[in-house]
Amino acid sequence: MAERAEIVVVGAGPAGIAAACAARECGRSVRVVDENPHAGGQIWRGELPQPWRTRWEQAAVPMQAGATAFGFAGEQTLLVECEGRAMEIAFERLIVATGARERLLPFPGWTLPGVTGAGGLQALMKSGLDLAGRRVVVAGSGPLLAEAGASLLAAGALVAIVAEQASFRQMIPFLGRIAARRGKWTQALRIASALRKTRYRAGAWPLSVERRDGALSVTLRLGPRREVIECDYLACGFGLLGNTELAQLAGCQVVNGCVVVDEHQRTSVLGIYCAGEPVGIAGVESALAQGLTAGYHAAGREDLATACTPGRDRGRRFQRVLAEAFALRPELKELATPDTIICRCEDVRLGELAGFLTWREAKLHTRCGMGACQGRVCGAALEFVAGMPAASVRPPLVPVSVGVLAGEQ
Amino acid sequence: MSGGNPDVVIIGAGIVGAAIAERLSAERLKVIVVEADCAGSGATAAGMGHVVVMDDSEAQFALTAYSRRLWQEKEACWPKAAEYRRPGTLWVAADAEEFAAVEHKHAWYGAHGVQSEILTAGDLAREEPQLRPGLAGALRVPEDMVVYPPAAARWLVERARRQGAVYMQGARVEHTTGSVVTLASGTVLHTGGVIHAAGAQGGHLPVTIPVAPRKGHLAITDRAPGFLRHQIVELGYLKSAHGHETESVACNLQPRATGQVLIGSSRQYGVHTAAVELPMLHRMLRRALEYMPGLAGLPVVRTWTGFRAATPDGLPLIGRAPQCEGLWLATGHEGLGITTSLATAELLAAQMLGREAAIPAEPYSPSRFGEKSAHA
Amino acid sequence: MPEPVTIILNGERRPVAAGSSVAAALLTMGVAARRSVSGEERSAVCGMGICEECRVMVDGRAGVRGCLVTCRDGMEVRTNG
Repeated sequence: MAERAEIVVVGAGPAGIAAACAARECGRSVRVVDENPHAGGQIWRGELPQPWRTRWEQAAVPMQAGATAFGFAGEQTLLVECEGRAMEIAFERLIVATGARERLLPFPGWTLPGVTGAGGLQALMKSGLDLAGRRVVVAGSGPLLAEAGASLLAAGALVAIVAEQASFRQMIPFLGRIAARRGKWTQALRIASALRKTRYRAGAWPLSVERRDGALSVTLRLGPRREVIECDYLACGFGLLGNTELAQLAGCQVVNGCVVVDEHQRTSVLGIYCAGEPVGIAGVESALAQGLTAGYHAAGREDLATACTPGRDRGRRFQRVLAEAFALRPELKELATPDTIICRCEDVRLGELAGFLTWREAKLHTRCGMGACQGRVCGAALEFVAGMPAASVRPPLVPVSVGVLAGEQ
Repeated sequence: MSGGNPDVVIIGAGIVGAAIAERLSAERLKVIVVEADCAGSGATAAGMGHVVVMDDSEAQFALTAYSRRLWQEKEACWPKAAEYRRPGTLWVAADAEEFAAVEHKHAWYGAHGVQSEILTAGDLAREEPQLRPGLAGALRVPEDMVVYPPAAARWLVERARRQGAVYMQGARVEHTTGSVVTLASGTVLHTGGVIHAAGAQGGHLPVTIPVAPRKGHLAITDRAPGFLRHQIVELGYLKSAHGHETESVACNLQPRATGQVLIGSSRQYGVHTAAVELPMLHRMLRRALEYMPGLAGLPVVRTWTGFRAATPDGLPLIGRAPQCEGLWLATGHEGLGITTSLATAELLAAQMLGREAAIPAEPYSPSRFGEKSAHA
Repeated sequence: MPEPVTIILNGERRPVAAGSSVAAALLTMGVAARRSVSGEERSAVCGMGICEECRVMVDGRAGVRGCLVTCRDGMEVRTNG
């Protein structure tokens, strides 16, 4: 199947939806592809809030759901896999709005079934996992941790604790920012009131987890103390990382894990824009503003694009506050023991990685990062734990079948 | 290594440089190996690791057969990580014309003392049920091997170190003569001789050598144990590998020790960027699917590229560099560097130490292209 | 609540909540999605298509990320796929 659109948007989260709406409203032909079954990305998951629901419905942008962009055929053709078939989509402009993933860090037991990401468990809950009456420990870091805790509680889970690794003192500037913003207040109050049914602890993090009599037994560090909590799920994520791989594959410049863009969300590659978390973790409001900027500019309406920049810049400042408030404590680098698996795809243990100086050398000789996730999990983990930045990005960006990669349609 | 200048500096710790380092350090020479990245990380990491006897010329045969024997003699030494196994090669004939080539190849191997057996169409279908029906047959060369080259290279470097060699990792060579090697870090090494074993990377050399990079792509699937038993190569491979078309592909499939299937191969001249090119990958995979349609459903987890060091006549350069006293070459192995690495080390050591080698070294002499062509 | 749908999990008919992803359904049932290289049981971690821990075979297609696929009536799911 070969298709064509003036503007192709990859990712149907807030940034992608805003970009697609903006471009479509300017009369451009637009096509959206997203891996998930529904639009909305991880944050909205098929339930778009107003006014975006109406705007998205009215824009009626054709969207290919369940479709994964895995490479490029030439400079202006995106390769997409959908239900085991290859699809080519030619574009004049591409808007990369590929969102973010959680940073998962290794600690003893983190590979056990039932240990998930924090946003991960929330995502699984929203896609049908029944958590009613199940005991959950939420741990890790970032503003989404509290949100995850609140939404798991709302789904009937028994959330024993929300353990935030950052200290309360470290989070003060962030809390101050929230207090200064009315829109954020209501959100914060809603989460705070939901969390009254559980314990929210700052300066707390998981040390290890094991499976005992069918349940998980999590050992947490709570300030100077240790506490062991029994649960069914340990939902643990240490902040977000932008999904920059597609932009990288297109040749866009990436610095410190963020795709470099100008004031109109243009990347270093002509005709390719990037909006939302791949540019820097800054939240929904900023993602929407960036999406609009990119969509308008790609559609040739620089005037409208420029009008969106204040929202985007607020988000950028928020990004810095976030990064400092939830900076990861060095103790987290010491959680994994030599026996702890680092590469979950190839079951490579930390001890096997000793003595290798670079990611590439470790990969060549231990298979670390050679598996199906292509180092997305262990690469980020090792970058934090061992200061080894992961290597290059190559197609296919996710595993696709030989048939799809051979262009079978 | 005790004090004083080294007898020799080896540039490159790919499989060839590593094998030479192991060999010369065993002879008690003072050896320094300088490697820009890490052991076995260049063409060595990009290759398939097929140790194969080739019959396209007497010289190629002599080198590959000798080297395969050396691999086999070290069988007990290779660490588990080197994944040394002997699945054998199947040279697959698509039609009657290629089957005639199978018979010819069988007779030729027989006359040269290499074991091989002819498989009929029926035999082939039983041996490799995933091959498409209708193929004419195959030649099985049961002694051919498969290894994981980076681990083999690393082990050779380790052994060289235990024998006294000094290994400098992450050391890029800026410039070299036959007696002075200047590193990018500013370090200057004075030495009795220099061996260039850096494949197609020759920018630091004082002379031009007839070696051009020939890009290749590979893809590897997720684990599918039992899918494939032999290294499978289409007979048309010879046309592809030894022709001089700018671009060519051939069906070349390998079962890895992990149960993954490694899929090759492609050849391109004149391309210098390492990026995976999807159009080339398309062609290569389609060729593989023509032979093995069932591959279509296996997920590909990774793809990569590498640069073979190709010479005009398809034979490597092993020996003294013309016009540069003290400089020795061990490069130009094209797609056979893994196979021929061990023999290369033996031939070079024999020449440097003034001993007689097991096979004649003249066909691989760098001076065969004339003294003039080798001048910078 | 909408009627559950039935998937065929490793040859057995199993009812799952309508609209549920394959990964969520497996986790609810307590069935591991795959065995790792060294034999450990694994199930969904990231829930958003990154970690590849929930990959299964769906209707004969290998390596499908279960978190991105919604269960359909009659869908054949094989773990370790």
